[in-house]
Amino acid sequence: MKYDAGKVDVIVIGGGHAGCEAALATARLGFSTLVFAISLDSIAMMPCNPNIGGTSKGHLVREIDALGGEMGKNIDKTYLQSKMLNTGKGPAVHSLRAQADKIRYSLEMKKTLENTENLRIYQGEVTNILVESQKVIGVETLSGAIYTCKAVIIATGTYLKARCIFGETSVNSGPNGLHAANHLTECLKNLGVEIYRFKTGTPARIDGKTIDFTKMEEQPGDQEIVPFSFGTSRESLNREQISCWLTYTNEKTHEIIRNNLHRSPLYAGEIKGTGARYCPSIEDKIVRFADKERHQVFLEPESEYNNEWYVQGMSSSLPEDVQRDMLRTLPGLENCEIMRVGYAIEYDCLNPLQLKPTLEFQNIDGLFSAGQMNGSSGYEEAAAQGLIAGINAALKLQGKDPFILDRSEGYIGVLIDDLVTKGTQEPYRMMTSRAEYRLLLRQDNADLRLTERGYEIGLISKERYEYVLQKKQQIKEEIERLKHTNVGTSLSVQNFLVKYKSTPLKSGTTLAELLKRPELDYDKLKEIDFERKELPWDVQEQVNIQIKYEGYILRQMNQVEQFKKLETKMIPVDIDYDDVYSLRIEAKQKLNQVRPLSIGQASRISGVSPADISVLLVYLEQYRRRK
Amino acid sequence: MMDPTIAAIATPLGAGGIGIIRMSGQDALSIADKVFKSKSKKVLQEQRSHTIHYGWIIDPDTEEVIDEVLMMLMKGPNTYTREDVIEINCHGGMIVIQKILQLLLKNGAQLAEPGEFTKRAFLNGRIDLSQAEAVIDIINAQTELSLQSSISQLGGTLSQKVKNLRQELLEMIAHIEASIDYPEYDMEELTYEMIQSKTEMLLDQVNDFIRTADTGRMIREGIQTVIIGKPNVGKSSLLNALLREQRAIVTDIPGTTRDVLEEYITIQGVPLKLMDTAGIRETADVVEQIGVEKSKEWMTKSDLVLVMMDASTKFTTEDHEIFKLIEGKRCLVLINKTDLPRKLDIKQVFAYVDKEQILELSVKEGEGMDQLENRLREMFFAGEINVKDDVFITNVRHKDALVKAKSSLETVLETIELEMPEDCLSIDLQSAYEYLGEITGETVGESIIHQIFSQFCLGK
Repeated sequence: MKYDAGKVDVIVIGGGHAGCEAALATARLGFSTLVFAISLDSIAMMPCNPNIGGTSKGHLVREIDALGGEMGKNIDKTYLQSKMLNTGKGPAVHSLRAQADKIRYSLEMKKTLENTENLRIYQGEVTNILVESQKVIGVETLSGAIYTCKAVIIATGTYLKARCIFGETSVNSGPNGLHAANHLTECLKNLGVEIYRFKTGTPARIDGKTIDFTKMEEQPGDQEIVPFSFGTSRESLNREQISCWLTYTNEKTHEIIRNNLHRSPLYAGEIKGTGARYCPSIEDKIVRFADKERHQVFLEPESEYNNEWYVQGMSSSLPEDVQRDMLRTLPGLENCEIMRVGYAIEYDCLNPLQLKPTLEFQNIDGLFSAGQMNGSSGYEEAAAQGLIAGINAALKLQGKDPFILDRSEGYIGVLIDDLVTKGTQEPYRMMTSRAEYRLLLRQDNADLRLTERGYEIGLISKERYEYVLQKKQQIKEEIERLKHTNVGTSLSVQNFLVKYKSTPLKSGTTLAELLKRPELDYDKLKEIDFERKELPWDVQEQVNIQIKYEGYILRQMNQVEQFKKLETKMIPVDIDYDDVYSLRIEAKQKLNQVRPLSIGQASRISGVSPADISVLLVYLEQYRRRK
Repeated sequence: MMDPTIAAIATPLGAGGIGIIRMSGQDALSIADKVFKSKSKKVLQEQRSHTIHYGWIIDPDTEEVIDEVLMMLMKGPNTYTREDVIEINCHGGMIVIQKILQLLLKNGAQLAEPGEFTKRAFLNGRIDLSQAEAVIDIINAQTELSLQSSISQLGGTLSQKVKNLRQELLEMIAHIEASIDYPEYDMEELTYEMIQSKTEMLLDQVNDFIRTADTGRMIREGIQTVIIGKPNVGKSSLLNALLREQRAIVTDIPGTTRDVLEEYITIQGVPLKLMDTAGIRETADVVEQIGVEKSKEWMTKSDLVLVMMDASTKFTTEDHEIFKLIEGKRCLVLINKTDLPRKLDIKQVFAYVDKEQILELSVKEGEGMDQLENRLREMFFAGEINVKDDVFITNVRHKDALVKAKSSLETVLETIELEMPEDCLSIDLQSAYEYLGEITGETVGESIIHQIFSQFCLGK
């Protein structure tokens, strides 16, 4: 029986990383929000790897935080170990990664949701999205409840028609044995949404007390920990860290895998979904890189509240017995017992070209989609999209202009632009090499780049905004000071230089010039910088980076300026590409599918040539003059 | 921020040897001042609009005088594009025009896209709305032309070489990127010494390409020139002499050249696509018959025919057939083997061609070769024979891309010198990769990410 279950402003379908950020954003911006989850015990669940951040993903988390999202704060509360990766490389690719206590991560997020005003969470499955004249009006649940609302955000992750497979076993379930959502796909298809089928996978979890860690290499966390959230103090992070452990596969492991390939659903053709190259199963690695003698395997703790260990590097959909046998060939795992078997999971998602950069559907007003549903993979990618979808749903209800980050403003901008402009043929993972302007888009300056935007939206407090303004001012003043502080050839200066194996000065220079030398940095220079005031560590860090990489940063800023020229040439939303004289048919089709907002976005669509762009520019000028 | 300043050759090339190079944009005057030395030492930027100035184009780096020119100076908005416009009138011929254009590019101008002057004229309100469709047609037509030329004109082997170079660059970028995106994976470390030596090697190759571009041999086009004549009159020898290397098989046995040989050479700045044909004669040999058919086919398509005759043999019906075949084609008659006793009655040749079209030479002794080269050059610059303009533009475009790739690679070496981290290196390596892609017509797209995952075993 159907019944009227009442009215809310925004409904979020799914309580994963995308759903949580989306719901928190709309609720915090004042809209009554209702989140549906298949199970309330799976709020912000991490069904695969137990960490947050890492290369490029760490950047996403810091950007989410600067815009007022929750992921950074939540991981700061619940991390087990933290590491800054790539410290030996340039500042642009320094990446923060933390091992999460999965159980606490999920509980803390649930608590945050529960304690947020305007926000309700509800265990149930949405089966139908109600649309009237291309506008969302509500949803219907499995139990017949009809909710009316103004906006719906789909954040269903890997649950749609999910199927888990290992060996000959196949179960129609979502991740971790949670039940799949089997109805919504049909509804979306009826709404004209193009559906893809993707695949991903996870390794086995094994019992910690059956692991011999003495045969593995310890991988401890950093001594000095940098928080994810710009709002978390360093001091509050101090706690005992838990190590990860490194071991390796060997010829015996590979032999077992090779002998059982015929039982792999992947190679038997049982799995039809498109998998990601960057998340290969161990059997894939053995086949594709046959000459590699060993592969790294990291053992990572899942929680302080259980004994489960994640076996990173051994994602597999081989049969249970083969998984057990191959794991037991690894040093330290000879006697290991599996607690959860690894599996591949297939699920329905959509072609993201159907979305606007706001993550709203092009042709259904008020319907948004975020996260793995959009063809991405990863918790951080999901959270970033959730936040953007939530912000835009709220701005729409407020009648304000949408919020879109471009490729020069953040990794979030790159992520969403890639999805909605280029589309994806496999689960999409963020990578630093996807960001053209990465020397500008560093994880250390996400607050300087985005806090103001978060404040304008209303998700960042005045206090935090003012802190950033003050920080910017301090950085500026200190850089100016260093550029104008002359250094002579005095004995103390020369001795200082000799001490750091730096060439002695022939004539005077400035502190800023000295800072650019590879062997020196801001911290070392304090020995000859007598007028220095003590500044916060994050200000010091910025001064150091901004002076050291000045030349490269300036070059990228020039590139961005070029980029922005096309990005700010907007295309009218009601443009009829069939009306554009002499545009090639392929270009017309692509432009009609993506419906780019700007000439810049149009130029990134595959199949749209520079000549098409010229034609479009002429048409726009014609259009403008006619008006 | 304004649009970049663009430059292009504005007049059809080859004909007459006089050419105009047009430059438009905010920096047009300042760029012109960098390369122009006025006779009366005037600075163009200080001159009034719509004035003409006499002087020389000088390469500021080498101080080499490139040509004597007239500069037309027009300040916006009263110009075709409504921007500042400079037109350089020069008369040094094709190669000089190319050089001047390259000089402008080196000093800050960008090569104009197809139809870009017209596009700007329209976008800046100079052209009436009713002509918008005509503007689009110009853009499309010119794009078509440049597409046809740019890729197809790149010689097969050269294109492959550039592709190989790009692939090496890509592998290096993928290695750096993989180690950045997967810092904890055990992959072979790419040290700075390795990157440096590899970059130096790639830079050498790019420099080689630039030299090739300078000789015009980048391009798989030129004046289609067919060498034709009876068997064993010395056609292959001529080709080899012009190429200054042994390529075609040369023997004394008639009919050795079984197929049409193609070679691309530049003679005194004139690009030639030379085709050596099988000797034309009635033959029972099927293979050779095919060669003969092809010769005839090539000849109908050619811009210029070089008819070779043997001074030591008599005029035959075969020679007669040849002259009948080339009727109406522009041709030069080369009387070879003048070192041997003369049996040919030259009067019989006069029946078909004018005296000025005949050159006597001995390929074997190297006599008369200079006259031949001079004659070819004269014909070209006098506009007697033409070649499509886009050939030259393509060459300029390729060279421009190569020069940019070179400078990116040099920056990579500087970055290594300064001990800057990998992410700084990667920026310029990627730019070099992009520029080389402009030559082969390939874009970056997902190629780096594809390469990372095919080269390395990565992932959780």
